[in-house]
Amino acid sequence: MEDLPRLLEQVEREIHSAEDLATLEQVRVNYLGKSGVITALLKSIGQLSPEEKKQAGQIVNQAKVRVNEWLEAKVAVLQRHALNSKLAAETIDVTLPGRGQQSGSLHPVTKTRQRIEDLFQQLGFEVVEGPEVETGYYNFEALNIPEHHPARASQDTFYFGDGSLLRTHTSPVQIRSMEQRKPPLRLIAPGRVYRCDYDATHTPMFHQVEGLMVGESVNFAHLKGVLTHFLRCFFESELDVRFRPSYFPFTEPSAELDLQCVNCHGKGCRVCKFTGWLEVGGCGMVHPNVLKAVNIDSEKYTGWAFGMGIDRLTMLRYGIDDLRLMFENDLRFLRQF
Amino acid sequence: MQFSQNWLQALLGKVISTETLVSELTMAGIEVGSVKSASGEFSKVVIGQVEAVEPHPEADRLKLCTVNIGSEPLLKIVCGAKNVQPTMKVAVALIGAKLPNNIEIKKAKLRGVTSEGMLCSTSELGLTETSEGIMSLPSDAPLGKDLHEYFDLPDQILELEITPNRGDCLSITGTAREVALLLRLDWHALKIESVSAVLSEQLPIEISAPEYCSHYMGRVIRQINSAVESPIWLQEKLRRSGIRTIHPVVDVTNYVMLELGQPLHAFDLKKIEEKITVRLAKKGETLETLDGTTITLDEKSLVIADSKKALALAGVMGGKASGVTLETMDIFLESAFFAPEKIIGKARQYGLQTDSSYRYERGVSPELQSIALERVTQLVLEICGGKPGPVIEKTAEEYLPKQKLVSLRHSRLKRILGLDIPEEQVEDILKRLGMEVYKQGEQWEVHVPLYRFDISIEEDLIEEVIRVFGYNNLPTELPTEKFHISSLSETKIDHRQLQRVLIDRGYHEVINYSFIDPKTHALLYPEQASLSLSNPISAELSVMRTSLWGDLLSTVLYNRNRQQERLRLFESGLVFLPESNGLKQIPMLAGIVVGNVDPKQWGTKARDADFYDVKADIEALLDITHQAENFEFVAAENSALHPGRSAKIILNEKVVGWIGALHPRIEQALDLNQPVWVFELNLTILNQVFLPQFKAISKYPAISRDISFLIDEKICFSKIKDAIRQGDNSILQSIQLFDVYQGKGVEPGKKSLAISFTLQHPDRTLVDTEVSDWMSHVIQRLKQSFDIVLREGP
Repeated sequence: MEDLPRLLEQVEREIHSAEDLATLEQVRVNYLGKSGVITALLKSIGQLSPEEKKQAGQIVNQAKVRVNEWLEAKVAVLQRHALNSKLAAETIDVTLPGRGQQSGSLHPVTKTRQRIEDLFQQLGFEVVEGPEVETGYYNFEALNIPEHHPARASQDTFYFGDGSLLRTHTSPVQIRSMEQRKPPLRLIAPGRVYRCDYDATHTPMFHQVEGLMVGESVNFAHLKGVLTHFLRCFFESELDVRFRPSYFPFTEPSAELDLQCVNCHGKGCRVCKFTGWLEVGGCGMVHPNVLKAVNIDSEKYTGWAFGMGIDRLTMLRYGIDDLRLMFENDLRFLRQF
Repeated sequence: MQFSQNWLQALLGKVISTETLVSELTMAGIEVGSVKSASGEFSKVVIGQVEAVEPHPEADRLKLCTVNIGSEPLLKIVCGAKNVQPTMKVAVALIGAKLPNNIEIKKAKLRGVTSEGMLCSTSELGLTETSEGIMSLPSDAPLGKDLHEYFDLPDQILELEITPNRGDCLSITGTAREVALLLRLDWHALKIESVSAVLSEQLPIEISAPEYCSHYMGRVIRQINSAVESPIWLQEKLRRSGIRTIHPVVDVTNYVMLELGQPLHAFDLKKIEEKITVRLAKKGETLETLDGTTITLDEKSLVIADSKKALALAGVMGGKASGVTLETMDIFLESAFFAPEKIIGKARQYGLQTDSSYRYERGVSPELQSIALERVTQLVLEICGGKPGPVIEKTAEEYLPKQKLVSLRHSRLKRILGLDIPEEQVEDILKRLGMEVYKQGEQWEVHVPLYRFDISIEEDLIEEVIRVFGYNNLPTELPTEKFHISSLSETKIDHRQLQRVLIDRGYHEVINYSFIDPKTHALLYPEQASLSLSNPISAELSVMRTSLWGDLLSTVLYNRNRQQERLRLFESGLVFLPESNGLKQIPMLAGIVVGNVDPKQWGTKARDADFYDVKADIEALLDITHQAENFEFVAAENSALHPGRSAKIILNEKVVGWIGALHPRIEQALDLNQPVWVFELNLTILNQVFLPQFKAISKYPAISRDISFLIDEKICFSKIKDAIRQGDNSILQSIQLFDVYQGKGVEPGKKSLAISFTLQHPDRTLVDTEVSDWMSHVIQRLKQSFDIVLREGP
């Protein structure tokens, strides 16, 4: 019993030096197991006198409690070490690339088209489509462009043997829609259009969006408002928008739509040919002859229409400087969008 | 049209900055496309005369010229031009002169001889792009005069983009009139005196097609000198308008056309027999035009003829035989009115677009013929001399354009524009536009000037008012129309969702032209008719596509030539199918896959994409419809596809599309040398989407049972699935095929399939016996139908 402090010192040393759980368990068995040293001490207390029993019992029990505490603390330490080395062994290189499929991409023209659709849909415009092989009637006559009209000659139309043609603008959709629906109308018609023209600044197929609004109180100021807001929202920039008188057979009054250069903000640069302005579309009040062609009373209803080049807006938006890239479909181009 | 700013200013009697002109015209609808200087920048260049030319003592190619610039001393100038010769009037750059391209003339020795200046060519002064030799000036050019002054420089050339409705602006006078009204300047049309006849000679004129030509006038001038050169002022005005000098008479007619807008023509009088007849061409009649082409005329083309033959295609181009030449002494000048609607399209029809037809098609004022004839006579006499005859004229009054009367309501103006422009201002604008305006009640009655062919309805007047008032002065407002919510269908396929699915699965969208090479079409679909363009850009872009695969294949080739080996691409667009009941234009979605199934990566085994990878992509697309189970993949043949590796996709007996490997024949023809997988879906058939209908989720455990068995390799999986489903399906949740094996351990002609069944009851826990019963029923059916041999049972 008088050796107990020394014994404890020895136990503490042994616990301290145990390097794994098995060794530690052996220490526990050696001292606290069925035939352990401290267990034996406890057993030996029974032979003492009642007074000594009480005192010795207290001392040995305290010792047992202390040893147990040491053991538990050491177990915790060893477990922590074990976990740490397990984790260390399981470490992976988080900078290796992920596996599986990579995302594809939407063509920039489609991205732009969808952006245009989304913006106009917020204003309650419906998106409509129409055929690309058209008749002369829908592409020209109904739009107040009679045969031999100079505007017709300038559009370099692709024809088929039977006199049908590839639409030169999305305006025929305007006519088809007005034939099918009754005012008020709010619609846009995006799509492919074709002109027999191929050089650095023209492709024989390109994309246009046509817009039409017809109602009882639709006026030019609204046209200015909608297009100005649209362009600013599209480019997310408070650019100046300019309406310049022009001529289209299907609108009267007509205007060219100029946008302050998105590249130089009007200071003048190569993109805007040093004018500070970019031509982005044409627009105007629907010509009464066009309304007449679709049996809409031009005294009761007025309307406006516009047409914009989607490809041009795409190029301006994403800084694409070569039109030819747009339809070559080079993967290295497509991946950027 | 392009013209000199100095000329415009001279007409207006006022100096106006280029900037003001550009912005005023552009913002009034006459866009100034470009502005360029009429010459290079130079200084200290004067007119001189070469007095003597001696050979250079040291250089064979150079000459030593003695040049008089009107003041002492005479200059010794070394010149290399071949055309330099004594008495020639030349442009002399003096010592200290600055020429374009930062050239400065210094006293310098040229091969040992000092040169006291330089004799200039037109290109050295920036007057022309190129030149041969030095510039030769007219003999009356005053010695010592500064060249700027002599050439009316500096000057700007303004290029106007005139819209087809503004034929009235196709002259310097018309443009000046427009500038005057915009800037509120006083404007008076040119005063042109009539020329008195010296001869009495007339040429009879007949008009047999008055609806085409309601006014024809002319005049004979005899004994002109065709050998003279047009004066510098005239040459320069033509040059600045982009017109070459040809012959003094032609130059004058061109000049008057630019000045007044009236096209004119001069005939060699000797070539005209008896009379002038304005008539429709006879069928098959031919004419050799001034440019040397011979055209065969149709009966709707107007010609100017004499008693025997056509002399000119009216309003378009003169004939070669009756044109003026250096030998011409006597001429007949023509000034006529042709109806625009009758002349239009003729130039294009014969491939002869001219400055004249350009103007006639857009409308030449019926008021111009007479003054233009006087003006051209005056200038011919001034430059070429000659004796004028009297004006000869035929008019068909009833066909002459009448002045139009158009009403304009103030209320309509306000309604169209969204702005109330005060009445006085509206009237002021109309009057400045040359209109006569009478107020009658609420509306104005407006008399439109004859030169404005484009104004015939109220809206035209509204445009005129706002054009002059300024589009920028209109408010910018959002519409006040009633709100409405447009319908948003959830039962029609959402194209964007289709695109998103493909993009998520690694596809890149492409956009190709809708016309392809007929060879590609023939390779893919030798039996399918296609629509050909009459006027394609090139043969390679001449047939409308009947499938999107041709374009996708071209795109694959394009990218493979740029070292891109793994491609997953898709496109959507119309295909064009000529059918017996007309052309079908059908929206399609198509894709193409070549190369590895996955991007090159670590940790997975690289393998080529196969049928089932692409099928999974299509199944993902079909899942959008919430009726994927209604689509069937049926083995079928397609001329573009490998016959053993292609399938039709069917929905309710309609073909939604195709999937398969490109036919090896095509693979080889295109030099692809690797499997190519394609699919195409018809979006009018793949259109309906079912609204998801919620079904309660069973609370009870699901039980899974696997079986594997041997079966004849020819029996396709869809048949096995059908056989499984034939029995009681109420507890069958799903069938999962998880192994297909042929090879070692499986006898040839057989395949081993492993299928997992998931069974679950909606209302209670399944008991073991019902599961085993259900499974043995299925196995029994499979044995009966396909003679399967069970390898591992449930």
